[in-house]
Amino acid sequence: MVPPIPVRENDGAAVEPSTSAGASEIRKFLQSRGNSALADQTFKGLMMLCAFCIFVVVALIVVELILQSQPTLQKFGLPFFFKYNVDPVTKMPLFWDPVNGTFYALPFLYGTLVTSLIALAIAVPLSLGVAIFLTEMCPKFLRGPLAFLTELLAAIPSVVYGLWAVFVLVPLLREHVNPVFMSVFNAPWLVKAFGWTHLFGDDGLFGGVNLGLGMFAAGVVLAIMILPIIASLTREVMTAVPHSQREAALALGATRWETIRIAVLRNARIGIVGSIILGLGRALGETMAVAMVIGNTPQIQMSLLSTGNSMASVIANEFSEATSDLHRSALIEIGLALFLVTIIVNGLARLLVWAVTRGAPARVN
Amino acid sequence: MGVGIEVTNLNAWYGTNHTLQDINLPVPANHATALIGPSGCGKSTFVRCLNRMHETNPVARVTGSVRIGDQDIYADASPVEVRRRVGMVFQRPNPFPTMSIYDNVCSGLKLNGFRNRKMLDEVVERSLRQSALWDEVKDDLKKKSGASLSGGQQQRMCIARALAVDPEVLLMDEPASALDPVSTSKIEDLIFELKSQYTIVIVTHNMQQAARVAEKTGFFLNGRLVEFDSTHKIFTNPSDKRTEDYITGRFG
Repeated sequence: MVPPIPVRENDGAAVEPSTSAGASEIRKFLQSRGNSALADQTFKGLMMLCAFCIFVVVALIVVELILQSQPTLQKFGLPFFFKYNVDPVTKMPLFWDPVNGTFYALPFLYGTLVTSLIALAIAVPLSLGVAIFLTEMCPKFLRGPLAFLTELLAAIPSVVYGLWAVFVLVPLLREHVNPVFMSVFNAPWLVKAFGWTHLFGDDGLFGGVNLGLGMFAAGVVLAIMILPIIASLTREVMTAVPHSQREAALALGATRWETIRIAVLRNARIGIVGSIILGLGRALGETMAVAMVIGNTPQIQMSLLSTGNSMASVIANEFSEATSDLHRSALIEIGLALFLVTIIVNGLARLLVWAVTRGAPARVN
Repeated sequence: MGVGIEVTNLNAWYGTNHTLQDINLPVPANHATALIGPSGCGKSTFVRCLNRMHETNPVARVTGSVRIGDQDIYADASPVEVRRRVGMVFQRPNPFPTMSIYDNVCSGLKLNGFRNRKMLDEVVERSLRQSALWDEVKDDLKKKSGASLSGGQQQRMCIARALAVDPEVLLMDEPASALDPVSTSKIEDLIFELKSQYTIVIVTHNMQQAARVAEKTGFFLNGRLVEFDSTHKIFTNPSDKRTEDYITGRFG
């Protein structure tokens, strides 16, 4: 037996008729518009053309780099990136000697990767802290100014960072920061216990001469330069996490930190990794500030206090003085390699994101 | 005035999922037709096939024919043309948040290049009156954003937005399910009044709502149309056992 659901019969009372002059005219107007298929196709074509331009530009750059680096590619081949000669006098490895025609690029690869890693190690925790503070606990009156200042840091030209680093940061590191690290890393008991790792003592991470200039200084400058990028992008993705997610965690009795961890960071993790990759990209390619503080010596030393050189800064420093074809071509090949390193690092980071989120439930928002 | 819809052998897929199977259904002109059924039975997919919105999903596919008036919308028209004639109101109000109420309502006309100021004013007023929102918003039409209204007001504004292009058919996909009872009853009154001028197809979970607003009701189950008849018959003396089970609350 079906329970009676009252069915409302149409009482037939006419509502105001819509067939006023306006109504039919609108229909006529809309029908006269045609199907717009041509416009849609044109739009699609134009957008495709724009996207295609990117492929063309990238392809042209790669082709040109490969063509221009032919002399060194043919002379040295792949060993360009890992071989070295031995200096007959000092018995030290000799990587790069334009005068005598020795061109091996390993120190530049090393310098670029090490300075970028130092930068990430310093900048990632700092910028996550900045972003968490700004989105989750900052009093309202501070939020605007702080966020603005963070983004302002990104707008400072890199040569200005370099100048500041040369005159302020390098002396500061030399006088106050490096001695602390040196006394920790060179403590006798550490050297005795872990000397075999080559991380401590005279041949360790903070051994050797304290010049102030060097890889560590370059890494610190890079960290300051990429901090605003990572912080502001991370802030953006964390702000995009819906408030209901935070409420869901709070309602389970989560503390502030637990809420941030399970409701905010977890939801924003893909965006956070993305912002770190962008920061890393900037660190890998940064030229001027690094060139001003890294010391520009083509050598590989365990010590972070030692001078070194990076791929971008060697190109900037030497291309105007590259008189021989081989020197010029070696610099261009380093440029090609820098390009490839950036692509590989990006690829690895994407792989990491994919591996971490594989099988995980979809992201909110 | 509205026009009738003739659906013949309509099949729809999402990926490999056959969500609609051999649907044949005549929707009468200038009446409200309600579609009921449990979640996931295909009723939303069905209305989305009536304005070719289903195919905007890249894995979706449709076969069969849908004639609106004398036009087969899958053979004789582009999706853009179809959607100019067939208005749609969604489950959650979706006002354009950066536009004023006025701009929201006339957005369909403006994007088609309709520039006659005086007529736009008339259309906005007429549409808002039809959707029973005029008296509540007439003083800040151009001042307030469409998103600043309450949920029920937003939904009525979305109905006005759909009506402003003077469609021949109005599709409503659970238009009141996100609203409170007062707003719901306003929307229902609205549908009841609008159906003399437009062909209305309304998807609903609420059987009382179907009974209150529609002359015809279709019952969907697992991608098939189980029964289609006058609302009175469906709710008092259904021919199919499954329909009876559903409306008496034995499942679904």
